[in-house]
Amino acid sequence: MSGGADPSNLSLAGLSCRYGAFTAVDALDLEVRAGEFVSLLGPSGCGKTTTLRMIAGFVRPTAGTIRLDGRVISSPGAVLAPEKRGMSMIFQSYAIWPNMTVAENVAFGLKLRHLGRDAIAAKVGEILETVRLKALADRYPAELSGGQQQRVALARAIVIQPRVLLLDEPLSNLDANLREEMRYEIRRLHDVFRFTTVYVTHDQGEAMVTSDRIAVMNQGRIEQIDAPYTLYTRPRTAFVARFIGRTNLLEGRRSGDRVAFPGFDLPAGMLEAGEEAGAVTYAVRPHSLALSRQAPAAGEDAAIAVSLAERAFLGESWTYVVALPQDGARLSVTAAPSHVFDVGDRLWLTLDPRQMVPLAPESRG
Amino acid sequence: MTGVPSRLAAGARPRRLGAFLRLDPSALAWMAVVAVLVFLVVSPLARLLASSFQSPETGAWTLANYVTAFGRMRNLEVLGTSLLYAGCVTVVAVGFAVPVAWAVARSDMPGKGMVRALILGAFITPPYLGAIGWILLAGPNAGWLNRAWMALTGASGGIVNVYSFAGLVFVTALYAFPYIFVFATDALDRVSTEMEEAATILGASSAQTTLRVTLPLVTPAILAGAIVVFLDTVALFGTPAIIALPARIRVMTLQLWQYFEYPVRAEVAAAYSLPLVGITVALFWAQRLILGRKGYVALTGKGGSRALTRLGPYRWVAFAYALLVIALAVLLPFAALGQAAFSTAWGQGFSLGNLTLQNFVRLATDANARDTIGHSFTFAAATGCLAVLLAVVAGYVVTRRLMPGGFLLGILCMTPLVIPGIVLAIGFYATYSTPPIALYGTAAILILAFTTRFLPIAYVNAVAGLRTLNPEMEEAVRILGGSRTRAVSRVVVPLLKKSLIGSWLLVFIPAVRELSTALFLVGPNTRVISVMMLDLSENGSFETLAALGFVLLTVTIAIVLLGYRLVGRDFMLRRS
Repeated sequence: MSGGADPSNLSLAGLSCRYGAFTAVDALDLEVRAGEFVSLLGPSGCGKTTTLRMIAGFVRPTAGTIRLDGRVISSPGAVLAPEKRGMSMIFQSYAIWPNMTVAENVAFGLKLRHLGRDAIAAKVGEILETVRLKALADRYPAELSGGQQQRVALARAIVIQPRVLLLDEPLSNLDANLREEMRYEIRRLHDVFRFTTVYVTHDQGEAMVTSDRIAVMNQGRIEQIDAPYTLYTRPRTAFVARFIGRTNLLEGRRSGDRVAFPGFDLPAGMLEAGEEAGAVTYAVRPHSLALSRQAPAAGEDAAIAVSLAERAFLGESWTYVVALPQDGARLSVTAAPSHVFDVGDRLWLTLDPRQMVPLAPESRG
Repeated sequence: MTGVPSRLAAGARPRRLGAFLRLDPSALAWMAVVAVLVFLVVSPLARLLASSFQSPETGAWTLANYVTAFGRMRNLEVLGTSLLYAGCVTVVAVGFAVPVAWAVARSDMPGKGMVRALILGAFITPPYLGAIGWILLAGPNAGWLNRAWMALTGASGGIVNVYSFAGLVFVTALYAFPYIFVFATDALDRVSTEMEEAATILGASSAQTTLRVTLPLVTPAILAGAIVVFLDTVALFGTPAIIALPARIRVMTLQLWQYFEYPVRAEVAAAYSLPLVGITVALFWAQRLILGRKGYVALTGKGGSRALTRLGPYRWVAFAYALLVIALAVLLPFAALGQAAFSTAWGQGFSLGNLTLQNFVRLATDANARDTIGHSFTFAAATGCLAVLLAVVAGYVVTRRLMPGGFLLGILCMTPLVIPGIVLAIGFYATYSTPPIALYGTAAILILAFTTRFLPIAYVNAVAGLRTLNPEMEEAVRILGGSRTRAVSRVVVPLLKKSLIGSWLLVFIPAVRELSTALFLVGPNTRVISVMMLDLSENGSFETLAALGFVLLTVTIAIVLLGYRLVGRDFMLRRS
């Protein structure tokens, strides 16, 4: 697949969309670099699909602009029609046309571009090879499985070499195993073609496998945009920390050079800067906590006496829930399968202060 | 504790035997349904087929009836005319229906609600009543349109003549196109927006999207509607009787009718009617072939808000076309009929002296007319109840797989769909006009024939309704100790109440106006409105006829509105 347009960069500035009193997207800024794969991740109703549909040109913004390679393609005053954007999109329902064969579906966009018959046949053949559907070219969609339909949708979107590829929860109609497989497929295709891609999903696993960067959205805004690793290890808000993986939130209060938590305190110097004096919330991942029967040797880590309240064995790990002595606040701890404890055991909980991430105070509701 | 299981096990055997002896009431119910379906569907058809091969005098097997029916060139030409007539009507009806359906469902044309409502008006208008309206409008010389033309241009003759092949096709299409409209709008409403957006984002303009994605996606629905129109037209009796007969155009149904004039030759009619069944079966088979491997499952799109095609100034063009269609189908003929209904003599035009209520008074005071109106509504109501009851029981047996081979029940319920009304009537006449079961001339034979004719409507609705119910809701009744009968009466029927009222209405409305089945089966004491209208039109009593049509339509509209209130909007304009 050579000779296509170079991928474009996409820039959203102050983008808003209101439906009456309801604000679906609220002054959103986002830069997607050429060839980059960015996911919009968030719970339902966070505005991610509306954002995607504004990028596609199906929805008109009520404020802000969308630029493609510097040219304004959407603003409240004027919206470039979707068919003129040179983008392509993969829909939640796949939207494979049932009256056309696989090959006809894939050729549709090429025919609109007035390519010659041979060129179309060659490109269709090539892309069907890439998505491993060559043998099914003459089938009708009703004769395909869900995963195969998904591949048709991918092929149809990719074959036109879009300036931007948009995906709207493309895997949500697949069963769990296939979903897992298709994540890697989507990433593999991106590694091959390097299209500028915006991917909407509510599934953090999908976003982490596929994306260069993930934008976590909440109530029409981007809470944080970062590479998957950074997002996981350095969440900036409680919302992000909770949405990406499981997490424990610890409420601390800084007074002088110590930060007091329920049941223990730590020297402020060991923790990442909680700005001034006052309340600070820290996020701690369950697997950065450890449990032991004996008190650990005094070191950098904090050790707290706790009691084990609940446990669940998940096969690859244990999830323990321990209660802190002072106010009974509960923390989740992930431990290796060989670390077996019983409910009611009195244990020592070890915390590594370097893995405690301070969170920005909640800005809104 | 240990004693309990063994006691249960010991008790199990005799109880199973007991259950075998005391038949489950639900088993009795389905056996009754099988018996009724044999009576309604199998036996008339078998009799029809048999009598077409039998000599009426000796009962010996013979092909003589077929020789009589098809051995004459003239009869074959009549068959050809019927097919040509139905083909032309289908094409014209598609031309009326599809553009309006698209504009109503997928564009920003103004006045959509009004257009939909008036097309519903055309839908519930009996075709023969519309045909009478068009005689008043386009009868040579005396028709309103011709008179207007002559007054405007000073010409000595009219320009349109309803008594012609073109007139016949046009008038038939005006009351047939709503089928295609209903099928097409329903499909267009369900085409997933994402299907269209997928084309748009790949670079298709809205015209390209409409022509290459949207319309192909609804083609199966349009095709299905067109097939219904074609078959309906081949089997249509009323409009040809009113228009083709005076125009000396001969079609099959009129020919069949002739076999029932003295001397009655039911066996020749049977032979002559069987190609109608053949054509029907062939068309449905062809439809399957055409659709082939393409699955249209993807039509089940999500509803909700959808982007409509903006037509700009062209939306007024679309509106003008829709207005033209509904003016031709509803506004003009109804105006003409309305004028006639309140006139002493319709030809005298609009004047105070011509205004009268006499036509309605005559209907109200004449015992015969009163009885006729009463028959139509009571027979139709009884038909509705019987068809719905039968359909629910049969549908339940089929959807819940209560008996092996239950799907045969479904096939039996759907079979009348491929039997034109006139053929069905001939079958009933052949089977139930002579002992041992002599029902000819009774209300029962009409109700039973109507039930058979409209059973597919009720059955399709019942099955669609039952499919929406999770069987676990009934299993919950049974695991708590309720019988299946109780599960049906306490859970299924209450949940399907709306849907059942809807299918009752969908059976009632066509049954009130049914002509072709009634024509062969009415006796002197069981006349119905449709047959009376045909007699009035033969006598040229258009004023009384219009008044009768007015009564029929008023009651039908009242019932449709009641249906809207009970069942919710659009129960009629939904394809089932």
